Parts: sequence; C-alpha cells; structure tokens
Amino acid sequence: MSAAITTDPVIEMTNVAAGTMRHPETPLVADVNWTVAAGEFWVVAGLGGAGKSDFLMLAAGLLPPQRGRCRWFGAPLPELEEAQLEFRLRVGLGFDGAHLFNELSLAENVALPLRYHERGSAAEIAARVEQLLAWTELTPWADRSPGTLNRNWQKRAGLARALALAPELLLLDMPLNGADAQHSAWWLEALTQLTTGHELLPDRRPVTLVVTTNDLRPWESGSRRYAVLRDRQFTPFTDWAAVTAGGAPVKELLARNLPHH
Amino acid sequence: MQSELSSPLAAPVLTPPAAPRGLSERLARRVFRIMLATQAVGAFALITLAVLLRKFNAAPEVIQPLIRQQLYRAGLRLLPMFLFLAGALGFLIIGQAVVALQKIGAVGYLGTIMVVVVVRELGPLLAAVMVLARVGTANVVELGTARALGEVEGLEALGIDPIHYLVVPRVVGLALGTFSLTVYLIIGALASGYLWAFLQDVPLLPGDYFRQLAGALRGLDFVLLALKTGAFGFVIAIVTCYHGLAQPLRLEEVSRATVRAVAQAIVAFVVLDALFILIYLLV
Repeated sequence: MSAAITTDPVIEMTNVAAGTMRHPETPLVADVNWTVAAGEFWVVAGLGGAGKSDFLMLAAGLLPPQRGRCRWFGAPLPELEEAQLEFRLRVGLGFDGAHLFNELSLAENVALPLRYHERGSAAEIAARVEQLLAWTELTPWADRSPGTLNRNWQKRAGLARALALAPELLLLDMPLNGADAQHSAWWLEALTQLTTGHELLPDRRPVTLVVTTNDLRPWESGSRRYAVLRDRQFTPFTDWAAVTAGGAPVKELLARNLPHH
Repeated sequence: MQSELSSPLAAPVLTPPAAPRGLSERLARRVFRIMLATQAVGAFALITLAVLLRKFNAAPEVIQPLIRQQLYRAGLRLLPMFLFLAGALGFLIIGQAVVALQKIGAVGYLGTIMVVVVVRELGPLLAAVMVLARVGTANVVELGTARALGEVEGLEALGIDPIHYLVVPRVVGLALGTFSLTVYLIIGALASGYLWAFLQDVPLLPGDYFRQLAGALRGLDFVLLALKTGAFGFVIAIVTCYHGLAQPLRLEEVSRATVRAVAQAIVAFVVLDALFILIYLLV
C-alpha cells in the first residue's frame, strides 16, 4: 500500500521561508531549519494567527516555500504528477475544520481516497472503512452526512479519512481544538497508539506524527518533540524540559491560568 | 479640537481627488482587464481539457457517478421546464411569423423560418442561457463554497486532482446536457409551432410543414448544432467552475463571483454564436 520506509528524515527543511496559503507573497515564517525523523511525534505550538495551519500545509508539500530547501523522505517534492501522487499518498493530513464533503456520507468520505486510487475491491474497501469507523467510534453515524455531526466527531472522521491510505507521515491541525475532556482523552490515546504502531497501519508500522496546538499543556510527554511558531520564527525544542525553560516564546502556550481544553 | 477630529462623527479629512482618467485610459484599462480575464479562463479551459484527456479512464468508480449526477442536473431535471419553453417558443415564433407571412402570401416559408430561427439561433442560445441560469449559477455557489470551506485542499491532501473530481464531471455533464436539452427544445418548438399554426387556421398540412423543415435543413445544421451546443455547455462549465474554484474565496465573495461568471458566460455565448454564423455563411 505504501512505499518502503527509508532511514532518511521524513521532513527536512533548510533555511525555509514561506508565505500564507491565501497570500503566498505575505511572509508567514522565515529561516526554518527543521528535521523530523521517522517515528517521531512533533507538537508545533503557536497562538491564534501564528500561521500553524499554513505551516502544516507547507509541511505537507501543499504550500511551496518562498525560498530554502524542503525535502520529504530524502527527496524534494517530485515534479512529475505520477511521482508526486506517490509522495502524496505517503502523507496524511487532518484539518482543523475536518474539510469533509457534505454531499457524501461519513463512510463515503472515508472510502473516497481508497475508491479514487483503486486500493482494493469493493469488499476490501468496505472492510477497511468499517475498521476505521469502528476505531474512531463513528460506526453508528456511518451513513449520516458530516454536516449533521458536531465538530468533534467530524474531526475523528477527518482522521479516519487521513488514515485510509495508511500514510507514513500524518499531519494534524489542532486535533484538540474545541474538544471536550472525553474527546481530548480519546485523541491523546489514539495518537499515542498510532506512533507506537497500530493494527490500522501495515505491519503495525509507527506513523510519524506532527500536530499543531495553541496549548502545549495537554501534550506534555517525555517522548515527544516540540516547536513553537511565533513572530514568524520557528523554534524547535529538544524535549519538554527545554520547552518549560523556553522563556517568553512559550510562556503563553503554557500559561497556568488558561483553562484546559 | 483634537477630540473632535478623532471622533468617528468628525468630518473626514479631505484629500485631493485623484486626477480623473480620460475616456481612452478607462477604455484601455477595461480592454486590458477583459484580455486578462480571457487569458485566465482560457488557461483554465486548457488545463481542464488536458486533465479530461489524460484521466479519461481514471477512477471510473468515483467519476462516472459524478458525471451521471451532473447529467441529471443539467439534463433530465430541466426537461419539464424545457418542454414548457418549447411550447412557448413555437407559439411566439409562429404567432408572429404567420401574421407577417400571411400579409405577403409567403406562408410556405413557415418551415424555413422555424429552421433558421429555432434550429440555428434561438434554440441553442435560449437553451444555453437557461442552463447557465439553472445549473451554472449553482456551480459557482457550490464550488465557491467548497473552496471557501477548504474542500479543495482536502482533495489535494488525498492525492485527488480537484479538476478531475470537481470540474471534469461538470464539463462532460453540461456539454451533453446542453446538447440534449437543445435537441428536445428544438423538437418541441417545431412541433408546437405547427400546433399553433393549425390553431390559427394556416392552410398547411403536417406533411407540407415537415417537408418545408426537411428542405430547409442541411446536413451541416446537424453537425454545427452538435458542436455549438456542446461548446455552449463547455463554456458554461468552464466559466462557472473557474469563478468558483480559481482563487480562494471568502463566503461573502461567492455572490459577486456568480454575477461575474454569468456576465462572462453570456459574452462568450455571443462570441461563439458569431463564430458559428460565420461558419454558416462561409460553408
């Protein structure tokens, strides 16, 4: 289903500057030097308006950099469409607004990439969709239009759809945004399962994960990597201890007086 | 004084007005904008054609149902309205023509008039305008909303070509739908035309009427009718999809994009129609 895993960095950005999706000429971030190794779990934090969503599009190869070098799986974004498609299928992207298609049911949304890329027979696709919907606890609403569900469930459907093609790299925009305690707990557990290997992925291969957030506290963990996006600067941190010692750039993202999600 | 000036109710500070542009400058700017718009829509049309040809058989399980859906929207669902229009069109033309032709004793040309007016001109143009109003405008709103809600990025993230998924089914559906509806409109208008002539006591037997029609029709009419209506459908799809998709829209910009698309499509119809008149005259 996917290309062989390499030891090359999954994402490698060198002196990258980028604009926004809507106005590519407007500076979003500059001098980004960032390497994401296979199997890592990165949390990219920034306050509202810092450009996290656009940065994720840059990391997904959907927003071309203004300058600098971006490489994925050890190679630049292919120019030929067929090769680009092969690359695209190795990267899953979950949006903050889920971006589901309202004219399709939840099950059809999840099945869409499998059907479009002809990944298996109708029965195989149905089985895969069933498995993804069961894992995201969406089975009771499989035939419902996404618009009839609340945002938390839509986001889970977005995750199921992003996982349909078993990507090696999964980028999730603000998965905990607006989530209540129950949903937050589900997401944190689900993402941990994905990074440690899950039956949804071929050979229980761990997925490389990048999530964005505006509150670092729920993501505290010894095994995760962190970065902060602020004032057009991208600052990576080696671990949680470095984050807490990070001073001004991370102060608001760890503010104890802020309510948890 | 300071507080008065900073109040929102204070008189605005007057700045010298920009020098008025001359008529020729405004005209030149307008022409330049039209050229830019034509170039952009033309490029979008070429990209769509390339995707249509390159991915003709790609993902049939996903694309074919979308084409059927568009055929239903731009064909079958509009049929009742088109049958009503066909009746009205036959009545209007025959009603006016019979009065004029009877005065000069030329009722024998009724069939010829129907062919020239309905088959070559009014039928295709009216059908295209109706499809634009009923389906084209909905296209801009749907695609503009989809773009504003990020569905295009959603498709790209899944490795699905947005042109293939969103535009190609509309192009095929609208081209075939416009052609089919025009054929129904023409047949209906010709039949209702005879009915109204009969009701107006025009001394014309059905056989004579249809002989007049057959005599006035040339083989070229069938070929050009197919090309013209297909081209009208293509134009509707391309212009409306372009305005819905080509640039990220905010939701409040969708209505303005719809108005622009309708205006540009109508101009394109007139230009296309003029080209086909030239072909009729030259061939």
